[in-house]
Amino acid sequence: MYEGPVQDLIDELGRLPGVGPKSAQRIAFHLLGAEPADVTRLQEALQKVKEGVVFCDVCGNVSEESTCRICRDARRDPSAVCVVEEPKDVLAIERTREFKGRYHVLGGALDPLSGIGPEQLRIRQLLSRIGSQEITEVILAMDPNTEGEATATYLVRMLRDFPGLTVTRLASGLPMGGDLEFADELTLGRALSGRRTV
Amino acid sequence: MHVRHLQVADFRSWEQADLELEPGPSVLVGRNGQGKTNLVEAIGYVATLGSHRVASDAPLVRLGASRAIIRTAVVNDGRELTVELEITPGKANRARVNRGPVPRPRDVLGILRTVLFAPEDLALVRGDPGERRRFLDDLLVLRAPRYAGVRSDYDRVLRQRNALLKSAAANRRARRSDPDALVTLDVWSGHLAAHGAALLSARLDLVADLGPRVAAAYAGVAPESRPAQIGYRSKIEDALPAGYGKPDGERADPEVVAEILLAEMVRRRDNELERGVSLVGPHRDELDLVLGEAPAKGYASHGESWSFALALRLASYELLRADGSEPVLVLDDVFAELDRRRRQRLAEVAVAAEQVLVTAAVAEDVPGELTGARYTVADGVVERD
Repeated sequence: MYEGPVQDLIDELGRLPGVGPKSAQRIAFHLLGAEPADVTRLQEALQKVKEGVVFCDVCGNVSEESTCRICRDARRDPSAVCVVEEPKDVLAIERTREFKGRYHVLGGALDPLSGIGPEQLRIRQLLSRIGSQEITEVILAMDPNTEGEATATYLVRMLRDFPGLTVTRLASGLPMGGDLEFADELTLGRALSGRRTV
Repeated sequence: MHVRHLQVADFRSWEQADLELEPGPSVLVGRNGQGKTNLVEAIGYVATLGSHRVASDAPLVRLGASRAIIRTAVVNDGRELTVELEITPGKANRARVNRGPVPRPRDVLGILRTVLFAPEDLALVRGDPGERRRFLDDLLVLRAPRYAGVRSDYDRVLRQRNALLKSAAANRRARRSDPDALVTLDVWSGHLAAHGAALLSARLDLVADLGPRVAAAYAGVAPESRPAQIGYRSKIEDALPAGYGKPDGERADPEVVAEILLAEMVRRRDNELERGVSLVGPHRDELDLVLGEAPAKGYASHGESWSFALALRLASYELLRADGSEPVLVLDDVFAELDRRRRQRLAEVAVAAEQVLVTAAVAEDVPGELTGARYTVADGVVERD
């Protein structure tokens, strides 16, 4: 145990995801030795993220204004919407530069163990968006785990009553640069059942 | 296959232990409490990622240490693989194969296969249905490691669905309306049926394959007793095709089973919403052990129960052999519990195994056939005689 403020900082840092006690200690001592200007910058960044960042009214992504950059961008295809669990998933898909449509961030996945049902997710907003806008395709991009799969199944049920709406799910299968022989059976099985004609 | 080398650090009572092993019988002799069982338990852990003695990992780490390490070198068809496991209670365990890290510890399953017979096995016959379900599922994973994934997916979906049922049941009692719950319940039911059907079908096929071998093994160890049979008892057995789970019947089709499971969940929905738990699925099923006409549990004598437990293990061993890879046989402290005839019978099977590891408090308990390499375990040291 260190004295007062240092230990407080270590405890606070240690509560962050992915930061264990050792890392927390390292970061704390780094900050202790850092230039005052650097620390002030960090302090401001932390302040701003809580005060300045809001969630986009349309898609639920993190944003500086009431509507996010992607939703404001007129060059984006308004007819395709990619539904993801978290803001960080938007970033992951943006990095591909393959998708030209817009997003909808649910804010999580169905997870009854943590008390998360459809009401806790931005599903109602998604349905009203599809009802009011020119949306013809919804791409479901949930995580390929138990909770993500259940969320996708739930959305498929809710979306099938919209006439003329195409609902697709991200293909799941083999990672690029991987070896077929090292793929686990579940992944390989999915890749096989989701194969396409060429 | 056989284990060529075993090394443990901070595992159970051992600060360090290191032993070279050979094919054929090896006997570990030592007074009680010297740590013989801990060594074979480590080998079992590499094969199943679980202990045959405790359900949680915490007791596996030596008191005062933060993590335990098990290293084994396993030879299979002349090819040697090293498996290293780091057990840290409360955290994810880590695994390395041939010194390279693997993404999940689960990926080491299948490298080493063991069939372990221990005094705890009496619970297979006398214990709760959960013991027998675990017996089946552990054996499934040994046969095909991918079932470790099926099993954990099923458990996860089951816990999610139970959480949902529990909150729905509470809302119902409080007469709060909860329209979403029923739609989400359908979603979770669909997933539970799909994962459950994969597990249930595999169990049915396993029981079909294991049945005749159990009957034969039991007749071998207890020829004067009534004939032994096993059968799979499911909540949905009335709806299942009659041949499922029978030695001469057809293989179970997961799609057929999934449909039946789903229909049964719909039928029992009110009941489930009332009680707040999932009432249908492989987690409610049971492996029936029958002696003559009566269930073994409650009706079998002490000796018969032992024979049945032994028969289940011997049948598992025969089944894995028939699948093509010879498992390592581990006999932990069992000879003292068996009479002469059953000792003899067990020794006959064991002596034919590629490798058999035996622990005993006194060397005289071990039948003469199994005199191979002998190790003395005493005062925190294991030494070859």
